Amino acid sequence: MEEVDVEPVVTNISGIRPGKRMGFAWGPGDILVYETQNKASGSGCAFIHVVRKDEDIYSPILRKLFNESHHIFVGLQTIKDDLPSKSKKPQFVSISRNYRSVIRACMEELQQAAVSANDTDMATQYGNQVSILLAIELIWNLCEVLFIDAAPAGSLLLHLLDWVRLHKSDVDEKAKGVLQSDSPAEHRDYWDVVCVLSYVLQGRLEDTRKMLMKQAMLQPAAKSMYKLMDSLLSKMPFYNPGGTQTLTEFDVKWRNWHEEVDRYLKDNSFASNQHLEVICKILLGDEDVLLEHKELLSTWYYFLITRLLYCHPTVKPTELHYYAQSSMMMFLDSGVPEPLDSILLAAFEFDIHQVIKDCSIALNNWWFVAHLTDLLDHCKLLQSHNLHFGSNLREFLLLEYASGLFTHHSLWQCAVDYFDHCPEFGRVYLELQIERVPLDTERKALKVLRICEERQMSEQVRSICKIMAMRAVRNNRLGSALSWSIRAKDAAFATLISERFLQDYCAKGTFSDLDLIDNLGSTMLLSDRLTFLGKYREFHKLYGEKCFSDAAKLLLSLMTAKIAPQSFWMTLLTDALPLLEQKEVIFSAEQTYELMYCLEELTSSLITFDVKEEDVEVTKVEMLRLALARNLASAIVKEGTMQT
Amino acid sequence: MESAKYVSQKVSKARWRPVSSSFLQQPEIFATGSWDNEENKISIWSVGNYENSGLEDGFEGDPQLICENKHDGDVLGLQFLDQERIVTASSTGAVTIFRHHHNSQTISVSQQWVKAHHYPCDNAPCTAVVCSSPEIITVGEDGRIIVLRADQDCMAQVIENADSSTIHAVTYLRTTEILTVNSIGQIKLWDLRQQSNSASQILSLSGDRVPLYCIDRHPNQQHIVATGGQDGMLCMWDVRQGSMPSSLMEAHSAEMWEVHFHPTNPDHLFTCSEDGSLLHWETSSHSDMPSFLQGNRNSSVTSRSAMALAGGNQSLISAWLNGDSSKSRLETTHMLPSQTLSVNSLDVLGQCLVCGTDGEAIFINKQVPV
Repeated sequence: MEEVDVEPVVTNISGIRPGKRMGFAWGPGDILVYETQNKASGSGCAFIHVVRKDEDIYSPILRKLFNESHHIFVGLQTIKDDLPSKSKKPQFVSISRNYRSVIRACMEELQQAAVSANDTDMATQYGNQVSILLAIELIWNLCEVLFIDAAPAGSLLLHLLDWVRLHKSDVDEKAKGVLQSDSPAEHRDYWDVVCVLSYVLQGRLEDTRKMLMKQAMLQPAAKSMYKLMDSLLSKMPFYNPGGTQTLTEFDVKWRNWHEEVDRYLKDNSFASNQHLEVICKILLGDEDVLLEHKELLSTWYYFLITRLLYCHPTVKPTELHYYAQSSMMMFLDSGVPEPLDSILLAAFEFDIHQVIKDCSIALNNWWFVAHLTDLLDHCKLLQSHNLHFGSNLREFLLLEYASGLFTHHSLWQCAVDYFDHCPEFGRVYLELQIERVPLDTERKALKVLRICEERQMSEQVRSICKIMAMRAVRNNRLGSALSWSIRAKDAAFATLISERFLQDYCAKGTFSDLDLIDNLGSTMLLSDRLTFLGKYREFHKLYGEKCFSDAAKLLLSLMTAKIAPQSFWMTLLTDALPLLEQKEVIFSAEQTYELMYCLEELTSSLITFDVKEEDVEVTKVEMLRLALARNLASAIVKEGTMQT
Repeated sequence: MESAKYVSQKVSKARWRPVSSSFLQQPEIFATGSWDNEENKISIWSVGNYENSGLEDGFEGDPQLICENKHDGDVLGLQFLDQERIVTASSTGAVTIFRHHHNSQTISVSQQWVKAHHYPCDNAPCTAVVCSSPEIITVGEDGRIIVLRADQDCMAQVIENADSSTIHAVTYLRTTEILTVNSIGQIKLWDLRQQSNSASQILSLSGDRVPLYCIDRHPNQQHIVATGGQDGMLCMWDVRQGSMPSSLMEAHSAEMWEVHFHPTNPDHLFTCSEDGSLLHWETSSHSDMPSFLQGNRNSSVTSRSAMALAGGNQSLISAWLNGDSSKSRLETTHMLPSQTLSVNSLDVLGQCLVCGTDGEAIFINKQVPV
């Protein structure tokens, strides 16, 4: 067995007294736990506790995340494979952005809910969810920049700069506060904002210059110094990916600028103003100065990007990991890295598998890793090495995620699409799970059936139809039962239903549910018994309409063509009695002979009946024989008579 | 312009609140019912600008939740009784009237018939409800048709065992006549005045008896009825003549859940289906006679088939009954941007269309070309 990556989390079950034994049973997404004394008899506990690992799928706001991302997922799967991957990159980037915007929308809603929540517990819970989503979006964004967009040196830094700016948005709010004050240059946050926070650290030099101008107006004596700083700031070169300048040219230009700033620093041009000197040192990428402003940087990856911006703007993707590791070590000189830190570090090291693994452990829900892995797989970034369990990483994660969804009373419909796109085991998983969806109403059963039929899961179709049909029969809804057996093409069940109808007829003497039997149409052919039922009803109709000869023919054919079950022949022959005793001859001689033959066949098998029944039967048989004989006589006479 | 709003519940029914016809207003309020949740809800939403919410430009038209209430069981049928009251049909067999209090913007249960539909020893889902204030008619899986009156607790009329299979939908044909459709593909006409237990007329398709799930009557020409069923085919029927449909059109690749004629512009028809599409059908005939004069003649109509008709009598037959033959033009457009999970319900009023899907989203289109 593999070693455990992290210590297992302990969960206390509040309903079970401490020190007592627990019995348990695994479910697809949760565990059933109960208190037990491990004895065969004696009083047990009356409660069963359900322990859920993932409570996120039950959160109404997070549900939107699952539904919207399902939509994006399905759209991603339908992107054609025949295009070369170069032209698909912008599509993948836009899909990645879609996912991220969905995460952000969810985050904003959770934030609003946390603010307006009355209950502190709920507010804390919402707050936790917001921070998890923040972390997820941060990681996803970094993966998008490094793996999907895969920018080369030069643009790489620009994208990373965007990434940091996006996730450090409190800067703008602080700046607004400062700018709205009466005298911005004397606001206590002014130098924080201008000097260190964001603007310079985030490389937003235009904004820095604007802020510095305000200070410059207050100190006319130092005007030249401010002018010098302003010019240095304006001259800093930024790489333009769409431009004609090559990376080497940019590099040369940047080094020149760097040397110029260095000269001015060494010249002590800014010695009299401490703040400007700090800015200058930052522009040179002085790590000690940067580290002095740890609280403003707040995270090691912010520190990393700033460091790269001012030391090494032409950093190549392959060089990132070195800088990342050293930045992290410098920043967190004492602390142990948090899970988020190690995940980001793994991303900078381009170790996709480590990222996915760490995320799977840290998060309680497979949503993030499943979707991210699926997207990376489409970008052909995952090596397809097989895991121990027989499928590749993408499929494994999707299956885990979808199985978790299936345990949800409502989200199971989304899960179906995920199974569809797992080529190896998806179908098997779906077959097993879909049979266990509870079918409370016909409408739900119809939807489940449609899912099964579209995927040619005929066994599941039969099983579901049988469940619904049995339920209908138990509630005496024979029409519904019949429609279910027609859907499943279940001849055996149709026979069962017809038997019920026939039994009802024998018991009551009339047919129930005439609207069904009269209008069977071609469904009659599903089962022999059903055909008989339909034809028998037709016979009754013809008799009612006094079309006696047609009725007679039909009756006979029911017996001779062996459509009628033998058990029913007695009833049919008894039905023939009134026709035999009509004044005019209905059955021809030929037909009468056939009737007699049927009667003989029937009586020969009747000998096995016990004595009591035989009495009744004997009387009936006698009556029939008499009637048949009389009919035969009249028929022969009629047929022998010449029409004049 | 379409916008999707994700609402964290699978929407089984969506209906516009009726607007007063005097001002040709566009509808602004709609109600939705959910299904398949541990706790189902009936919710009331508002679209369009209104004073007490700070809407930004980008969110114009995003529906805002006004109020909601718990609903016991899946909402299988939903209909506005009047401006304040909503009737729902539940999977527990209950029929409930909810009242929307405009001043406090809350919704509460006003009246309920708890076990309206039931089996001898079990609950039976109530599958559809239709109303014409104060009368309410409900049908269910138990094959019963129940006539209720708002504000009266007792049931005005119950037709026991009206059908041996599940009745899926009901609609008014005339004030005292209703049409129901069932699982064995039959349309039954019931005359409520007659207090009888059997239908006055039964219409069905010969051949395969495909279950029918929805039915709607033409707003002006009351003999024209449209149905949709399990095979996704749209059938047009003429109830006056014969027991066969007048035309069959292939519409969807899976069950059709709802069909609606546009209430004021009946040359337009809308259908939605399990396959995730919502279709807008538009018909117009080539006749010179303006459409409002059609259908008023009665006698010269002879043939019922969807094939070409003889002589100059075509113009008298509604374009719908012709189907997509060469005599009339029938255009179909998809109204949703991309394939979604099943579209369970739709409603159209004026130029506004609302629909709810199993993807837990509501789509609203406020500029339907009618």
